[in-house]
Amino acid sequence: MTVLVYLEHAAGTLDEPSLQAATLARSLAGDGHAHGVVASNSVLQALEPPPPVGTVHVAVHEVYASHAPRAVAEAIAELGERLDATAVVGPGSERGNEVVAHVAALLDLPLAANCVDVRESEVTRVRWGGSLLEEARVEAPVLLLTVQPHTVAIELGADGAPAVEPFTPSLSGEALALRVVERVGAAGGGVSLADAKVVVSGGRGAGSTEGFAVVEELAALLGGTVGCSRAVTMAGWRPHTDQVGQTGTKIAPELYVACGISGATQHMAGCKAAKRILAINSDRDAPILATADYAVIGDMHEVLPAISAAIRAARP
Amino acid sequence: MRILVCVKRVPITGGRIVLTDDARAIETRHLGFTISPHEECGVEEAVQLVEAQGGESVVLTLGPEEAEEQLRDALAIGVDRALHLVTDGEEWDPQATAAAIVDAIHEEETANGPLDLVVFGNESADSGNFQVGIRVAHALGRPVATGLKSLAVESGTVRCEQEAAGGRDVYELPLPAVVTVKEGLNLPRYPSVPGRLRAQKKPVDARTPARPAPRLAMQRLVVPEGDGKEAEILGEGAAAAPRVVELLREIGVLT
Repeated sequence: MTVLVYLEHAAGTLDEPSLQAATLARSLAGDGHAHGVVASNSVLQALEPPPPVGTVHVAVHEVYASHAPRAVAEAIAELGERLDATAVVGPGSERGNEVVAHVAALLDLPLAANCVDVRESEVTRVRWGGSLLEEARVEAPVLLLTVQPHTVAIELGADGAPAVEPFTPSLSGEALALRVVERVGAAGGGVSLADAKVVVSGGRGAGSTEGFAVVEELAALLGGTVGCSRAVTMAGWRPHTDQVGQTGTKIAPELYVACGISGATQHMAGCKAAKRILAINSDRDAPILATADYAVIGDMHEVLPAISAAIRAARP
Repeated sequence: MRILVCVKRVPITGGRIVLTDDARAIETRHLGFTISPHEECGVEEAVQLVEAQGGESVVLTLGPEEAEEQLRDALAIGVDRALHLVTDGEEWDPQATAAAIVDAIHEEETANGPLDLVVFGNESADSGNFQVGIRVAHALGRPVATGLKSLAVESGTVRCEQEAAGGRDVYELPLPAVVTVKEGLNLPRYPSVPGRLRAQKKPVDARTPARPAPRLAMQRLVVPEGDGKEAEILGEGAAAAPRVVELLREIGVLT
């Protein structure tokens, strides 16, 4: 079969979720062709790293100078028709899902979002941010799906760099109108939660806004960033920008220290990509102990100051 | 202005998900239910916009009879009335859901006048399909911005802020428009007791649309296998601190 995969890029550099989607698209194509498509406001010479597809089609239009989801979708739909693609794949990132949902709406086709596996018209996709899997059948002449990030191992193009072919998509007035008019800066400074190497989070066990002092102290000593659970945000103890979870920020630090956090599926969906999890919890039966690598049993208000003091004492 | 906000009833899953015997649903006998988190913020935003600018807010859900509980929750925090598209409890796929909502919007607009803004959550907490709002916008021929963390309505447009790497992208959509929002947009209020009492008297207009054959047809659910590991207990209370520092050194977090 012929498969078209949408790839997100920054100045010609592809992101990991796009390479994961391309890898799945290549395997889905079997003996057939896998094509890539990117949107750019200038002609690109090559994509890095080289994705595992025969050709990358570059939709070139000035509207792509910033994010223009419907304009990208119209280019994908046009190209898919021209190539007679029987599957269209995209990355299961926020923007990948947005763009492919526009494609689905334009073509009135079903869309299986955030798939981890596909066998012809049968897909396995994630629910609850990854806490549950769903096996589903897609009833459609063209299969539309996005790939759940970080569930497919990237394989780069075996035959070197793919051919790059520019084209000019024909775009509707609606597509040209849906574009970014301004970019505003992120609030605050420091390392963002999503990029932090160490995150120290507090949950309901912190007890109050003031209860986060011990969390902030340890985070500062470890050069890390402070996070929190949804219960904390809902109680108004911390801003939503600190929230780790399915509806907060998804993090992937080297170390995640979860203090006074029970481990609801909502929370674990945001932190399960952490390389190591250390749970500090007074409840030996808390669900988080089934996912954590290490645990200290005890009240975070006793354990955290002791760890911070031990770190200070151990300094030369 | 007139605002419609669409919500979904979802279970509060807690720490472990248990499935029904036929593996087609989550066992919810011992669980409470809520409005899916992004949509809770959508409800709050609709109420705030009408408080500030006047007009009317309407909440819609497609779900089983029990989903009236979530409609009453929205009415209790200040939404004016509710539309309930009642299902038999089977989950509808995103295309069928969007089509039923589009029909309901046409009926609502014919009866009560145009809607300036239709608000969805960016994705539901349970099925996470990321598409119903976008499909509805296309069917209505209205612009849509997704994943919004801020929105402001002024002189016939809605200014929308969408999270992006290193900042926020801003869109300005002419009304009428469709938006999908994310948690963090605002801090939803809790319903007050007088609010709950008022909610009991507000109208809920129920109808039962026919369910088309699903095109994204769920076959069964699977709880992913854990890796079977158990956390290594480093110690109890403050006495565990030296062992924790040792670990931090081993894994290179402390040098």
